[in-house]
Amino acid sequence: MTRYVIGRIGQALLVLWAAFTLSFIMLQAMPGDAVLIKFLNPEFGLSADQVAEIRAAYAVDSNLVVQYGHTLINFLQGDFGYSLQAGVPVSAQLATNLPPTLKLAGLGFLAATLLAVFIAFLSSMAPFAWLRNAIQSLPSLFISVPVFWLAIMLIQIFSFRFRLVSVINPGPWESLILPVATLAVPIAAPLAQILIRNIDEIRTRPFVAVARAKGASETRLLWRHVARNAILPTLTIAGVLFGELIAGAVVTETVFGLNGIGGLTEKAVGNQDLSVLQAVVVISAAAFVTINLAVDLAYPLLDPRLRNRSGAAA
Amino acid sequence: MSISANPVLDVRNLDISYSQGDERSTVVHGVSFTVAPGEVVALVGESGSGKTSTAQAVIGLLANNGRVENGSILLNGEDISHWSARRLRSIRGAVVSLVPQDPGSSLNPVLTIGAQVREILEIHGRLDRREADRRVIELLANVGLSEPELRIRQYPHELSGGMKQRVLIAIAIALRPALIIADEPTSALDVTVQRRILDLIDDLRREHGTSVLLVTHDLGVAADRSERIIVLQGGRIQEQGKTADVLASPQSAYTRKLLSDAPSLAAAKPRPPVEPGRPAALTITNLVQNFALPTGKNFRAVDGISFNVARGTTHAVVGESGSGKTTTIRSIAGFQKPTSGEIRIGDLDVASLRAEGLRQFRRKVQLVYQNPWASLDPRQTVQAIVEEPLLNFDPLPRTERETRVRAIIERVGLPLTVLSRLPHALSGGQRQRVAIARALVLEPEVVVLDEAVSALDVTVQAQILDLLAELQRDLGLTYVFVSHDLAVVRQIADTVSVLHNGRQVDYGTVEDVFSSASTAYTRELIEAIPGQKFPRAETSRRPIKTGPLS
Repeated sequence: MTRYVIGRIGQALLVLWAAFTLSFIMLQAMPGDAVLIKFLNPEFGLSADQVAEIRAAYAVDSNLVVQYGHTLINFLQGDFGYSLQAGVPVSAQLATNLPPTLKLAGLGFLAATLLAVFIAFLSSMAPFAWLRNAIQSLPSLFISVPVFWLAIMLIQIFSFRFRLVSVINPGPWESLILPVATLAVPIAAPLAQILIRNIDEIRTRPFVAVARAKGASETRLLWRHVARNAILPTLTIAGVLFGELIAGAVVTETVFGLNGIGGLTEKAVGNQDLSVLQAVVVISAAAFVTINLAVDLAYPLLDPRLRNRSGAAA
Repeated sequence: MSISANPVLDVRNLDISYSQGDERSTVVHGVSFTVAPGEVVALVGESGSGKTSTAQAVIGLLANNGRVENGSILLNGEDISHWSARRLRSIRGAVVSLVPQDPGSSLNPVLTIGAQVREILEIHGRLDRREADRRVIELLANVGLSEPELRIRQYPHELSGGMKQRVLIAIAIALRPALIIADEPTSALDVTVQRRILDLIDDLRREHGTSVLLVTHDLGVAADRSERIIVLQGGRIQEQGKTADVLASPQSAYTRKLLSDAPSLAAAKPRPPVEPGRPAALTITNLVQNFALPTGKNFRAVDGISFNVARGTTHAVVGESGSGKTTTIRSIAGFQKPTSGEIRIGDLDVASLRAEGLRQFRRKVQLVYQNPWASLDPRQTVQAIVEEPLLNFDPLPRTERETRVRAIIERVGLPLTVLSRLPHALSGGQRQRVAIARALVLEPEVVVLDEAVSALDVTVQAQILDLLAELQRDLGLTYVFVSHDLAVVRQIADTVSVLHNGRQVDYGTVEDVFSSASTAYTRELIEAIPGQKFPRAETSRRPIKTGPLS
């Protein structure tokens, strides 16, 4: 068991390191750099020599291996460097921009899970075939709706038409309702699909028939016997979908004008602000790895077959 | 409860139908029978006979698309066939309970044994928690599980198949139901475990006076364990009566055929002894196979097995699960390198072969697997399936390949029209014939039959066994026949190895091993063959002929 945990943590750290290294190489391989973009701007009126001096001061042309070593050590110490464009430490930018994104992503994920479970169980309990089919086609509908369009439609309907949620100077929580809904819908779709399929599959297992033969009610069957077994494979997918969540957050933040990691990333890409991009990549990777690590560690808690393999003799 | 001769179960004119798409098809036609208090009634039939549907209807567990069309099911005198779901729940488990077919998948993998036995008490009773726990332990002890206090905290995967079936029996008897439906309760278990489980059901029945409706495809089990037999075919009752009467003088032609095809009941016609001096087709000397465990230790799956198989004869490898028989044949087929020991096919040492040599060697040894539903690619036509092995070796012109495929398909008794079909359009017996054709198309020297008839109904099994015997006689094939079914082995094999925990505990001609087994284990295996309570039926096996299409 401890070997399993240590192994998984080791793998997680390896993934993080690989994400850092690959993003470092790719960012360095881009033509031009942030110094050129910022200081060649005619507004500054600097000469080519002066720019070269600044470049030397920032050591942008120094040996890549040395730069890599520096950056890695700094990252390990929690120092993400300076944003050239904004002229403030990246960590300061993250301090303002990370919490809204975390809140959005966390709530979006929670909402997606609830929505998926709701759809799956509703479809499994639906008394009529037509209702079942209707509910089961919801996920396909959800998945084919573009996020930006959904966001705009939600604003149109709930804010402008029904005036339920205000978009101008909303409260801290009110401002999250529509973005969270926008984010949750496309994530909930695959989760619900997998859950529906698992529930249908588990229902045909002999142990469900045995439970029924004990006189168990449908509700008891569903919650006690089907649900827990059906949720197990869904966990893995949930972990993987978290990556999609981060990508989805960028679009959502842009549409709803939230000042989060998405906005920060968008600006940093435009300005080739490498320190910011590097930090964003590493933080996204860290979030992704943490969630999947949590999933891996949760598995043995939910599935006794993974706890230990000390089988009894015949 | 008053003592009366009223039957516990009285099924009258039962019709059951299933819907598929827009069509409804009736699978059980006018079935009527009764089960008296304390009586064991066997419902016998092959797949598709309607025995399982009938049993499911009695406990109200028909699949969603199934429906009782006509007739009545009287349980203790009350017709339950049109009860509401809620009302049915009140009797399930309490008045009629179920012992399912496959213990391996019949317990919820994420709940403890204790929780699953306690559940039936929770659903029906008002026992408080402590009292329920005490009762659970009592029940587990009652069904012969050792250390019940430990078992209640264990999960299903920590128990063996036999132990799981005991847990399921504990659940079934927990509320002392009037009727237990045992749906093929032992067909997924090893033969010695089967015997112990059937003994247990017998003891509990005697103790509590419970009636048992025993659903089985195995006439031997029905013969040993039931007082009355009902023979079903195609959803209709062919014959019913006292077990002894039905076995001694079967009235319907179908029952006679079932009896003659059942290996455990039919008198074994000894195979003529093999004349000495035949060259060996396969020689295994001191085979040892280790597997590395994740803990770093080695697990010895096969420990010093030796046998040789003369050309044109059949050697049976017999053993229960975990005995090492699958490991042995995987080594023979060259799928893994033996840890030590030697395997020779003719004069070729299998262990010495590398990549290309090993690939060429595969044409000499071919396998036929247990499950004809899983061993054929569902998207390939029969033509493509049988032709594939030819494509893997020396290139043959297309017409030549077609000729050989056609020849072998006819040889295994299939019509040429099957060539363009997909496996799902074939019956189980036909599929197994295709699998045999695929193995034979390369004209191998040795054919390894891995439980090749175990998944088939008895009448189909008999046809496939006849086919195998005929092919061996005509083509001089050498078989390694892996089986857990000693009754079948007695019929088809010349020599036999009995494996137990990776060791070879008996080896010799079938006649010697069956008449004077040298170890207690082999004797236990032989005694556990069901169907011994009754003298051998007089109907001896038909002479070998090309069987009708199955």
